[in-house]
Amino acid sequence: MISLSSPVKTRAHDWPAGMKLAGLCAATIVLFFIENLALHAGILVAVAGVYLSAGALFFKAGLRQLRVLWPFLVIVAIWHIWTGETQQGAVILLRLLSALALANLVTMTTRLSDMIDVVRLLTRPLAKLGLNPAALDMAIALVIRLTPVLAQKGSNLTQAWRARSQHKPSWRILLPFTILALDDADHVAQALRARGGFSPLKDP
Amino acid sequence: MEKNIALIALFAAVIAALGLIPKITLGFGVPITAQTLGVMLCGTVLGARRGTLSVLLFLLLVAIGLPLLSGGRGGLGAFATPSAGFLLGWPIGAFVTGFIVEKWRGAPLGVVATVAAIIGSILVMYVFGIAGLAIALDKSLSEAAFLVLVFVPGDVIKAVIAGLLTAALFKSRPASVLSRYDG
Repeated sequence: MISLSSPVKTRAHDWPAGMKLAGLCAATIVLFFIENLALHAGILVAVAGVYLSAGALFFKAGLRQLRVLWPFLVIVAIWHIWTGETQQGAVILLRLLSALALANLVTMTTRLSDMIDVVRLLTRPLAKLGLNPAALDMAIALVIRLTPVLAQKGSNLTQAWRARSQHKPSWRILLPFTILALDDADHVAQALRARGGFSPLKDP
Repeated sequence: MEKNIALIALFAAVIAALGLIPKITLGFGVPITAQTLGVMLCGTVLGARRGTLSVLLFLLLVAIGLPLLSGGRGGLGAFATPSAGFLLGWPIGAFVTGFIVEKWRGAPLGVVATVAAIIGSILVMYVFGIAGLAIALDKSLSEAAFLVLVFVPGDVIKAVIAGLLTAALFKSRPASVLSRYDG
């Protein structure tokens, strides 16, 4: 499985992940309080400039990730042309683009391991409430490992269905799929227990 | 303890895998992702607390940059799109769904799970989703609601499927349906 971090290494990869996340939160809040069209246009140009400063490849990768917005952009554009409040519509469009581009920027320039370190730091206070940090680490690793396993099992089931039926696989295939998942959970639980589990023997 | 962690992780992986497998055709044209079905199952099968933890684990992995949402989306950007309200509603929806299945014992499990999924995973999630849309697109709540009404029929079908699946799972693997297993 690939992560969404950028194919190009940038200077921002070496900045502390926590700082980038805090900056993103602040920037997103500020974006929602700005109502000035010229200011929004300036911000979007600046964001595009930051992407370009990391090279054309990075810029293109960033642009590709903005495509998810197009249905919203179309709806807002049509709506505001219809109502005649085009200035307000433009502010909304620019704000949507800047907010998503900034968020993607942080994800693209932060390694998964750095993000997990931030998660560990942020969840440390929860240990007092009973959250076992080792269990969280294990759960994260399990999901990353098991998602492709489950996807493979799902596609095996689909192929088996296709070999036996002229019809397309229907929702019925989900029952064997979820049963396989539940059985996998049993096997994983046994394996975890066999390796000592999460309540290790205390030193005498 | 180990079984809980394994099930929580597995259901997070089920939500992810439902975003990867080819789309399941449900008979009419509205495009739907199967991922909210996974969220419903977290509630109906794992119960309120563990179902919520499972959904939170999934969203945590999305936020730290894994492309687990349908269509290979993920990262912090997933929480900066106008539909992010729905994602924030997922864990609360799973909690309400699981809570209803745990408490309401007076009817067949399939019916209970379907109703629970409709209340928890449609009503509650849409409240958050519509609020998010209204804020991001700067529209009134009713205008935002109008934009997402088209997805309701597909979600009702998913709730029925979640109910049927939960009843069938309880028959075949009762010890793993934590929302009902008291052993």
